[in-house]
Amino acid sequence: MATATLRKTAMWYGGLGLLTAQVARSVALPPKYYKLVVREIEIMGVRSLAVAATAAIFTGMVFAIQSAINMARFGAELYVGPLVALAILRELGPVLTAILVGGKVASGITAELGSMKVTEQIDALRSLGVNYVKRLIVPRVLASLIVFPLLTTLADFLGVIGGMVTMVAERGADFYGYVNTTTYWVIPRDFLTGIGKSVFFGAIVTLIGCYNGLSVEGGTEGLGRATTATVVQVTMGVIISDFFLTKLFLILFWPASAR
Amino acid sequence: MTVLVEAADVRKGFEGREVLSGVSFRLDKGETLAVMGGSGSGKTVLLRIIDGLLRPDGGAVQLFGRHIEYLSEEAMLPIRRRLGYVFQGAALFDSLTVEENVGFPLVEHASLPDREIRERVLHFLALVGLDEKVLPQLPAELSGGMRKRVGIARALIGQPDVLLFDEPTAGLDPTNSKMVGELISELGSEVCDTAIVVTHDLELAKTVADRVAVLIEGRFATVGRLDDVLGSRDPAVQAFLSGEAR
Repeated sequence: MATATLRKTAMWYGGLGLLTAQVARSVALPPKYYKLVVREIEIMGVRSLAVAATAAIFTGMVFAIQSAINMARFGAELYVGPLVALAILRELGPVLTAILVGGKVASGITAELGSMKVTEQIDALRSLGVNYVKRLIVPRVLASLIVFPLLTTLADFLGVIGGMVTMVAERGADFYGYVNTTTYWVIPRDFLTGIGKSVFFGAIVTLIGCYNGLSVEGGTEGLGRATTATVVQVTMGVIISDFFLTKLFLILFWPASAR
Repeated sequence: MTVLVEAADVRKGFEGREVLSGVSFRLDKGETLAVMGGSGSGKTVLLRIIDGLLRPDGGAVQLFGRHIEYLSEEAMLPIRRRLGYVFQGAALFDSLTVEENVGFPLVEHASLPDREIRERVLHFLALVGLDEKVLPQLPAELSGGMRKRVGIARALIGQPDVLLFDEPTAGLDPTNSKMVGELISELGSEVCDTAIVVTHDLELAKTVADRVAVLIEGRFATVGRLDDVLGSRDPAVQAFLSGEAR
C-alpha cells in the first residue's frame, strides 16, 4: 500500500517534470496561436478579478485591525502601515492570489483538458498532426506568466489600500502619517520579490492543472477526482514552493546582513 | 503494388495482460482491409498503434516505408497528416462548430484564405451527405450518424493517403449503418482509396472490404478475401462469425 502510494507520487512528480520540459521545448509558438494566449488571459485574468480583489481588500483590512490592536499594546501602532504593506507585498498578495485564483483556474483547466481526454479530443488533435502541447498547454502557461503578476499587483494595491482605509476610518490614524511611515519602510524590492514569486506560482498552478487534466483516467468519475486533487495540489504546491522561493529571493536579492 | 502500411509481429499489453500477441499484415495502396473481432479483442489498440497514438511493446510498424515504433511525438506529426483517423465516437471538438471542426486541419496546416477553407469544408460535407445548414451547429446538436459523418469529413479534408475507421457503424441504427458503409465504399473510388476499417459488423465488412482479418486472442486468426474468411475451417473464426464466440 505504502509502496503503491510512493510509486504513484513519484510518477506524478516525474510526469509533471516531463510536461514542464515539453513546455519549455515547445515555448516558441506559431503566430496563429497568439490569439489562444490572449483568450487564456481573458479566461484566467479578467474572470478572476473579482475574486482576487475581494480577497485582497478584506485581507488587508483584517490584517490592519489585528495588527493595530496587538501593536498598540507595545506602543507600536505607528508601524501598522509598513507591517501591513510588507506582509501583503511580500507574502499575502502573491500567495493568496495564487491559491484563490490558482485553485479556480487550475481546476477549470483540469476539467476542460480531462473532458477532452475522456472524449478522445486530445487523441483527435494528435491524429490530425497537431502538437497538443503547443496548442493546449503552452498558451495557458504563457497566459499565466502574464496574468498572475498582474493580478498580484492589483491585490497588492487593494490590500494596502484596504489596510489604510481601516486604520484611518476605524483607528483614527493620520492619513499622511500612515502613508509617510509606509513609504519610508517599504522599498520597491519588497514589491518586486512578491511579483517574482507570482510568476513562478502562475507556472506551477497552470502546469499542475494541465498535467492532471492530461492524466485523467476512468471516465467522468476520474475527471471529478482529478479536479478535486488539483485544488489540493495547487494549494500545497503554492505554500511549499513559497518557502523555497522566499529563501531563494532572499539569497539573490537581499544583502546577507538583512536576511 | 506500393505498400502503405506494414505491421510485423506487433505486440501490446496493458497491466500485465497481453492484448496483441504478434499481429502481422500489410496494406497495399488501393486496398481496404477490414479488421474484425469481438469486443476487447484489441482492434482499436491495433488502429491506435498504426496511427502512432500508442507505442507497441514489440514488433515493427512501417507507414509509407518508414518505421514509426520509436519515433517521437513530434516526428510522428507529419506522418499522421497523411492518415485520416475516424474515431468511434467521432471525437469532434465540442466547443467548435461543424464548420470549425471540419476546417480545423486546414486552419492548422495550410495557409488558405477563409473563403477557400469554407469552400473546401462545404465540398467535403457534401461528400458525406451534409449541407451548409449544419455549418453553425455544435457537435452536441447533431445526431450520432451526423457526428460520424462530420468526423469522416474532418478526416478527409486533409486528403490523407490512408483512412483509419474505428467502428464506424457502432451505435448507429441499420439505416445509418448502411449509409456509412456505402459512404466508405464511395470514398474509395472518389477521395481516398486505401483504408483500414475496424469493425465487428459483418455487413459493413462485406460492403467495404477487399480483404478481411479476424483478430482472435491477440493474433490474426485468418486474413484473406471475404469468401475465404467466411469459409475458414478455423473453429475460433467460425465461432466468431456465427456469433457463438465467448
